[in-house]
Amino acid sequence: MTILQIFAVALLGLLLSVLLRRERPEMAVLLSIGLGVVVLAALLRQIGSLLDLITGLVARAQLDLRYAGSLTRIIGIAYLTEFGAQVCRDAGEGNLAGKVELAGKISILVLAVPIVLAVLETLLRLLPA
Amino acid sequence: MNINLIFQIGGIGLLVAILHTVLKQAGKQEQAELVTLAGVVVVLWMVIQAISQLFQLVRATFQLY
Repeated sequence: MTILQIFAVALLGLLLSVLLRRERPEMAVLLSIGLGVVVLAALLRQIGSLLDLITGLVARAQLDLRYAGSLTRIIGIAYLTEFGAQVCRDAGEGNLAGKVELAGKISILVLAVPIVLAVLETLLRLLPA
Repeated sequence: MNINLIFQIGGIGLLVAILHTVLKQAGKQEQAELVTLAGVVVVLWMVIQAISQLFQLVRATFQLY
């Protein structure tokens, strides 16, 4: 999936969306959701190979693989949250978009708690008792 | 990459818009509304299926839950 293809698809979707927005605004919203899904699904393979690279680096640095796992999860939640919030904002529901973003932030914070705790414990071990 | 989805949604949207206009001009307001509703439901069904596929893919890629 090259950037040119994504650009072409986005342009196509934009034209259809502008065409539909005047007559059927609900169809335009559904079209933009579909477009987002298509582009995101096309990008996921590249994201997957990047994640494999990160995991490989973590394994070579002999870090704990558990933390790499939560890192990938956090990235995934961030992408999904962004997608959901943008869909809501596109449909004119800024309020809903804010709630989706808040939910994403809370989920990421919950996932990051073990990492923060590990950092704190390392710090405590460094401190003289 | 499933560009057909975009074409399908756009095509159904245009078709529904045209049908709505024609039926309204013919004085069949209720049928025009029904056609619009049916079109929205069909497109919503397609989009929901695509979203479900996307979620499966995201779940597999990021090992979510």
